[in-house]
Amino acid sequence: MIRLIRDRSTDIKRTRLLTFHFDGQPVQAHEGETVAVALLRAGQLTTRTAPNDQAPRGLFCCMGLCQECVVVIDGRVTEACRRIVTDGLVVEPTNGAP
Amino acid sequence: MTADCDIAVLGAGPAGANAAIQAATGGCSVVLLDEAAQPGGQVWRAKSTSILSAPANSESKAGDALRRAVNQSDITHHGSTRVWQIERVDDVWRLYLLQGNQTEKMTARALILATGAREFVHPIPGWTTPGVHGLAGATALFKDALILPGKNTVVAGAGPLAFFVASEIRRLGGQIAAVITPNSRSEWLRAIPAMSARPDLLARGATWVADLMTSGIPIHWRHAVTAVSGTSQVDAVHFQRVSPDWSPVDKVRTLNADSLCLGHGLIPDTQAAQLAGLELTYRAELGGWVARVAPDGITEVKNLFVCGDGAGILGAAAAVVQGRLAGLAAATGFGAQRSENLYQQLLSQHARAARFGRAATALALPRPGLNRVATPNTIICRCESLTLADIRDEIRTGATSTNAVKAGLRAGMGPCGGRYCQTAVSRLIEHTANLPEGSVAPPTPRPPLRPVPLSAMADDFNYDDLPISKPAPL
Repeated sequence: MIRLIRDRSTDIKRTRLLTFHFDGQPVQAHEGETVAVALLRAGQLTTRTAPNDQAPRGLFCCMGLCQECVVVIDGRVTEACRRIVTDGLVVEPTNGAP
Repeated sequence: MTADCDIAVLGAGPAGANAAIQAATGGCSVVLLDEAAQPGGQVWRAKSTSILSAPANSESKAGDALRRAVNQSDITHHGSTRVWQIERVDDVWRLYLLQGNQTEKMTARALILATGAREFVHPIPGWTTPGVHGLAGATALFKDALILPGKNTVVAGAGPLAFFVASEIRRLGGQIAAVITPNSRSEWLRAIPAMSARPDLLARGATWVADLMTSGIPIHWRHAVTAVSGTSQVDAVHFQRVSPDWSPVDKVRTLNADSLCLGHGLIPDTQAAQLAGLELTYRAELGGWVARVAPDGITEVKNLFVCGDGAGILGAAAAVVQGRLAGLAAATGFGAQRSENLYQQLLSQHARAARFGRAATALALPRPGLNRVATPNTIICRCESLTLADIRDEIRTGATSTNAVKAGLRAGMGPCGGRYCQTAVSRLIEHTANLPEGSVAPPTPRPPLRPVPLSAMADDFNYDDLPISKPAPL
């Protein structure tokens, strides 16, 4: 086995960790990350249920187009992939919405 | 009518940012608008502020150079800004912007559209399962937050993108269960002569493939992922051999994996061009429906230019050059001196980069057999959870245009604005009604182009401001 593309993961330095809440559970994130990235790292892949069939859905296009990862923050439907986490942020899944 | 600036550029990727720089060099006042906080577009996306330091790669270096160039120029750059409506008012363009939760308006004498591409993911059974990501979408994870899509990932798609995604997962220390591509090895060999127009890019791609081979990671050539299983998360990916037209044949094989990156090529994002008044034609070799655009970005509408992947999928290298050409053309329209030497040089650079781009795009163009992968229960429109059976019934009862399917079922009226179903719906109508490829156009885009909160639209509306006339005397 010859590896031509080196694993560079240990060369990445990230900011300090902070904690926010998703669906009542604490989730850790690096300062400056989006809600979607923090949830992906935490293994919280389902961020909402779909309207009509109530099936689990989560981050899909990763670039603010598909609206699959929307969550509720401060009473507003927000794209998790575009919202930066802050300490103590309260994030709720959007069930059956948008 | 006086305008706020000479030129507004929509999109700050390789095409838009270079168009803006070129036009500003020609002495024009330029406003550069983009959804992302920093220039770079999807291909040269900037790292998140959560990354203090990380090893560079070609994309991050090119992006950093572009961001430096924009900062050093006289361009007014508005990041984190979405354009949701475009109007022609007298002889100027009026743009409606969304910044945070505020809507703003601005005007420009000329408009350069550099809206780039979006991804086509052909619907397959189980593709809405959390853990399935777009193939191009996954690259955003690698470039922005430097995070993996899962612990053990299947990478599936056509053209060079699948191998780029695999190489980035390897670079970030991830595990790949397999790479599955509907292209055959001989298709790649046949593409090499055209791709030699950019030997640097060809060599890079060869390294991605060689790394997988020497590391013992399976590459399933001429295979496609045909289903995903798992309810709240991917637990297995099913794949089959495909025929040259990508119809699934032979038995279904299964891989255990917790994630899947799946894509079927890129599509020019033309909604802004349509709103600005351009008509689209079907050009399969450019990735689908596009406006008629000259190599220097000139269109049929006065003071409207289109450049980069939004004018046809030719890749970042071609987008840089077409952006510069469009910037040059726009500035020339406002009296800037054009160096004939530079113009000719850029045109020949564009032709070379376009040759590479066309070969890469040709490998990734979706083929008709893909239409045989979805089952009646497969969701086609993710926003409204509409299945293949729902949409096929609508087509069979007479809805033979995307506008008709949209009006009848709401497919394309959900929050994504049709970005993730309309290409599949067009192809489905063609397949069901036995129409030739490229005969069913995408629906007419309606503003807002992007979701706008009602509170932002309503502005500082106040019930007390409503004029209420006095009650009439009895």
